[in-house]
Amino acid sequence: MTVRDPVDVDCVSVHYGGDAVLQEVSLRVPHGAQLAVVGPNGAGKSTLFKALAGLLRLGRGRILIHGSPVGDHGDRVAYVPQREDIDWSFPVTVADVVMMGRYGRLGWFQRPSPTDRDAVAHMLDLLGLGELADRLIGELSGGQQQRVFLARALAQEPHVLLLDEPFTGVDMAVRERILEVLARLRERSVTVLVSTHDLELAATRFDQVVLLNRKVVAYGPPRDVLTEARIAQTFGTHARIFRGMVLIDECCQPPGSEAG
Amino acid sequence: MDWLTDPFSLGFMQRALAASVVVGVLCSVLGCFVVLRSMAFLGDALAHAILPGVAIAYLLGGSLFVGALVAALLVAFGVSFFTRDGAVKEDTAIGILFAAALSLGVVLISTLRTYATDLTHILFGNVLAVTVVDLAVTVSLAGLVLLAVALLYKELLLATFDPVLAHTLRRRPGVFRTLLLVMLALAIVVSLQTVGAGLVAAMLVTPGATASLLTRRLPAMMLMAAAVGVISSVVGLYLSYYLDVASGAAVVLVATTFFLAAYLFAPRRGLVVRHRGKRRAAGGTGATA
Repeated sequence: MTVRDPVDVDCVSVHYGGDAVLQEVSLRVPHGAQLAVVGPNGAGKSTLFKALAGLLRLGRGRILIHGSPVGDHGDRVAYVPQREDIDWSFPVTVADVVMMGRYGRLGWFQRPSPTDRDAVAHMLDLLGLGELADRLIGELSGGQQQRVFLARALAQEPHVLLLDEPFTGVDMAVRERILEVLARLRERSVTVLVSTHDLELAATRFDQVVLLNRKVVAYGPPRDVLTEARIAQTFGTHARIFRGMVLIDECCQPPGSEAG
Repeated sequence: MDWLTDPFSLGFMQRALAASVVVGVLCSVLGCFVVLRSMAFLGDALAHAILPGVAIAYLLGGSLFVGALVAALLVAFGVSFFTRDGAVKEDTAIGILFAAALSLGVVLISTLRTYATDLTHILFGNVLAVTVVDLAVTVSLAGLVLLAVALLYKELLLATFDPVLAHTLRRRPGVFRTLLLVMLALAIVVSLQTVGAGLVAAMLVTPGATASLLTRRLPAMMLMAAAVGVISSVVGLYLSYYLDVASGAAVVLVATTFFLAAYLFAPRRGLVVRHRGKRRAAGGTGATA
């Protein structure tokens, strides 16, 4: 394994029951690059992230992360799932949750060291959560909760960061804060994959974009990928072109349609 | 002050007190995980599942302890087995195995001549019959389980709160789920003599639920639950002695009283405070939840 190897998704298919949620998806994200994964609800974005995090068995294909198979990285691949996957009534504080990001480095029976505590404090400050350290996670706003889980992922000091819908339900200030953090990760050449509905964000802040709807519709630099025709092809009737702007209609999805 | 010391001037009452306190701590601490993972039904099912094990052990003249433990573990693994690929939902699998095990137990016990008394002792405990050997076994098993909880706190917290992260950190949340089931089975088995199979679920759930209303973080919740468990056990034993009522049930009723008091009067989450907060908010201050 060399440090410069990409995140290599090679012809990956995933099935839930008989349903092919991902079909022959191939991506090659260079080390340290930032990729936006764009697609409608149910396109398999979350499934792709779960596969990269090693939480799913692949139907077919192969994933190599920086040269080695999924699961060989321990805490070096950090995954932030969507917010609804968390039990927000659990009796843990913000600092407790961020400390969990350090657990991968701690051996059995081992307690967090001052180094771990410093790392947690640093990540809390980085995301503007320092004053909330002792609050329960259930007492936070949606944007604060999102930042706590980003702080936890960063506390893992990952080489690859997977963020599933980090901008959903957060305000502009939180969005900018998250983007600032992503810009810093670029300096440290952390490879970042982010799923989003926000086409403008994908177009302006990422090196690569993949339009995903179970299959890869288009993949490459934003300017080549985000064309009207391809967006319409990805989003179907949910995309409308209005005076040269693309509008994505996220309304009126049948409940539970987000399969992946 | 004689009324405080009187009941415990006798050896069997001292052993009853010691066993009750140990079981109170053990069940309450483990019960925090039961409450947080919504496993109350599983706890109850495990408790009833020991019945056939006890009956078989009795019929074969073996150790009731071992019989109960084997039966509880079989049901715990049975639930994991039936739910592993999602074909059967967990509460369905628990419901089936729980009723099946209970029925098998009753069938086996009904072949005995002393059926009624034996069944009553298994279901509701017989804390006054705790022998020195029983007490030693109870204390060692409880110590072992509590030591495991303390040493594996990090892993248990992770597997309970966020199995996804546990999985990506290669901490095998499935292993810890199974470990939790084994520890629950042990707790239930050592509780047999004090509160009995019918009521141990209450000792697993009620102190933890009470503590969750009164505390913020998990370590505090576990300490508070242990305190509620111990105080309930001791007060319950006194009530049982002076009112001449069944001890296990008295212990559970004291714990329930604590829960109701916490539900009504907890400083932040109690019904009374919430009600007042709502009235104040309606008054126009716009207080947040």
